[in-house]
Amino acid sequence: MVYKGRVPRFLSSRPDSRLIPLPWEVPLTEWPIEHLVALPRGISRHVVRFIKVGSSVYAAKEVIESLAIHEYRMLTDLHRTDTPAVEPLAVVTGRVDPNGVPLDPVLITRHLEFSLPYRSLFAQGVRPDTVGRLLDAMVVLLARLHLVGFLWGDVSLSNILFRRDAGEFAAYLVDAETAEMHETLTNGQREHDLTIATTNLYGEFSDLEAGQMLDASLDPQKLVESILTRYRELWAELTGAEEFSGQEVFRIENRVRRLNALGFDVAELAIDTSSDGSKIRIQPKVVDAGHHTRRLLRLTGLDVEEHQARRLLNDLDTFRARTNQGHVDEPVVAHQWLTECFQPVVTAVPPELRGKRESAQIYHEVLDYRWYASQREQREVPLLDATHGYIHDVLQRLPDEAMTDTKDIDERQLANPYDPSQGFVDDEGPMPADPWETAADDEPASAPGFLDIDALRARRR
Amino acid sequence: MATVSFLDATRVYPGADHPAVDKLNLEIGDGEFMVLVGPSGCGKSTSLRMLAGLEEVNAGKITIGDRDVTDLPPKDRDIAMVFQNYALYPHMTVADNMGFALKMAGVPKAERDQRVLEAAHLLGLETFLARKPKALSGGQRQRVAMGRAIVRQPQVFLMDEPLSNLDAKLRVSTRTQIAALQTRLGVTTVYVTHDQVEAMTMGDRVAVMKDGLLQQVDNPLTLYDKPANLFVAGFIGSPAMNLITGEIVEGGVKVGDYVVPVARDILSKVTDEKTLVLGIRPENFKIATDGIAVDIDVVEELGADGYLYGTLAGLDEDEKLNATQIVARVSARTPPQRGTTVKLTTDPAIMHVFSEKTQERLSD
Repeated sequence: MVYKGRVPRFLSSRPDSRLIPLPWEVPLTEWPIEHLVALPRGISRHVVRFIKVGSSVYAAKEVIESLAIHEYRMLTDLHRTDTPAVEPLAVVTGRVDPNGVPLDPVLITRHLEFSLPYRSLFAQGVRPDTVGRLLDAMVVLLARLHLVGFLWGDVSLSNILFRRDAGEFAAYLVDAETAEMHETLTNGQREHDLTIATTNLYGEFSDLEAGQMLDASLDPQKLVESILTRYRELWAELTGAEEFSGQEVFRIENRVRRLNALGFDVAELAIDTSSDGSKIRIQPKVVDAGHHTRRLLRLTGLDVEEHQARRLLNDLDTFRARTNQGHVDEPVVAHQWLTECFQPVVTAVPPELRGKRESAQIYHEVLDYRWYASQREQREVPLLDATHGYIHDVLQRLPDEAMTDTKDIDERQLANPYDPSQGFVDDEGPMPADPWETAADDEPASAPGFLDIDALRARRR
Repeated sequence: MATVSFLDATRVYPGADHPAVDKLNLEIGDGEFMVLVGPSGCGKSTSLRMLAGLEEVNAGKITIGDRDVTDLPPKDRDIAMVFQNYALYPHMTVADNMGFALKMAGVPKAERDQRVLEAAHLLGLETFLARKPKALSGGQRQRVAMGRAIVRQPQVFLMDEPLSNLDAKLRVSTRTQIAALQTRLGVTTVYVTHDQVEAMTMGDRVAVMKDGLLQQVDNPLTLYDKPANLFVAGFIGSPAMNLITGEIVEGGVKVGDYVVPVARDILSKVTDEKTLVLGIRPENFKIATDGIAVDIDVVEELGADGYLYGTLAGLDEDEKLNATQIVARVSARTPPQRGTTVKLTTDPAIMHVFSEKTQERLSD
């Protein structure tokens, strides 16, 4: 292998030698297509491409060094706190082209498997309750970020990836460029994020509308208002104080249960009683997301989304009741459930169909399928029969979601299949001349970081 | 009239042991381009957000015109923030991209169209209005983002590092355009940057901040020629001012074997200190037969000039590693050689003198 120019530097916590032979001396926009994968993606200010690295698909973003490293650190912080975000893999710096001209660094993150393109999620024929679930997923993500002290600074659909989570969705953060990590966020800082969110989301929904990709029943204004309302309600539930009379102590447990049901554990709950005991005030001080995920992981080793975990745990509880093992230790029953219920369903799926849904999602959908089948046939349909029925009737007809293809979204032709943010091919003709740009090109280049004080004095005279 | 005033404005984050913004007093004139500059964590962005209503003001107040806006929510303050995190929507025209926030605010279509047209005219974007943004250059996209703020016709523009996403060349050209635009618009603008070169080339006045405190606010040349303290002296100007500490002796300050002459009235201001800090800008050094001895490590061309980088003569290898670097502008045609030692002097009238103890300026 001949390396042209200097070998770049790779900053990474887990070095991946497969990155080395990629064409780093070429600007990302000019990479040969054999290294690229055409996948749906939101809008980005920077050049972003999906690249093939061995058999993996990674997202590559070309951006100035300070931003690349900052974002790498922010994403790492999020990972450390178990907050849903794309996984940072490396920053490639020290790039130069064959003439020695420096190129911007590239931030590499792992492509989130089974993530869904938002631009098709709101399209014609979308069910109103699906829209509600997508908005809820976004709101939960934002609340979780704010809970760990993360100020996003750029809340938008393009910066979120959605994944199926049982009957709901899970949202993941994609872009952390403008983010700041604080001990805790002030109300002003959260409002800042919400202000940005409403503007960006209104713009994005309007853009979908302009591109005929928004169901006619959806109104950008109402969608945005809905998000604000949901966020405030969730935030109040997660952090708000509650007061009640001293007789209603059960409301403490109710609050904890409500939070658990939303998927949060209460690590710290402040309880204050008035001196005569007639009033009680409670306020959650520390809440952790992933209540069900953690429990399932502990019992079975399965690492799945929150709602999926709750569904599987429900099934585990049902299994326990059905087999009369209420007195048996939970981990023992969990292991049985895993080997007798979960794994057989998953292994029944032929390899060529495994790219359509994640395992936990398949199990959830099989349970649904079994319920409907049992209702129809007025009998208890066995799990494996339901599995085969599901594979035949449902799974086969589903599009692949492990790696979703842009071709499935729209018949219109993308201007650049490797950069969907450029929109569709329009016959618009060449761009007009721009006097501002010609004037800028005529300006003498000054060395960056150098203050030309003599020029400043001359100007100010 | 859109003047802006910070009056003893203070922001303390819960649990913090010192304020993020500490009794800020700053008056910004109607139509002025005020730049807040300082290192990361100095309080410049927090100050801007306090003005925007995105941060609580724990003490003091903030006014816009004759209105006390301290407790008003952002939407009632008649300000427009230009974010760095703009996104252009590919299916909407440039016109719609500029005007969609007005639509969200319920502004009628005719008025929206009018404002978009006016903003496009100011930004040189009239011929692009019906286009989709996909082929726009980085600089053009930045202008559309500014258009979004301009159409709101606010009393004050707030910009928080709007150019930090752009590459160096684009930063320089866009910065010039923003400054020209602001002059034409005449709207009071408060601009935050960490880049002192940017601050100096754009602002009518520049406010330097550090650790939540305002260090100095002045027009750029005054900041450059009369920095009020050691921090401003070292922060403003690139290459940075040389700050050399020396022992006070009869008639001046001793640096190495050389006594740099310092006026008696300055020396008499420090009765209980043994050392002073001399500030000399690289372009104010002259090579002479007698002066501060400097061992030259590197000679480089920067712009139309040459610059030498070195350390005070007579240091051993270990001392050199930790020593302050001396930078002097020299002739690019006949520069001195690296590895040699030169003697440098400066005109005492333009030399800056600072108290090491108080950090304050002592010279005129």
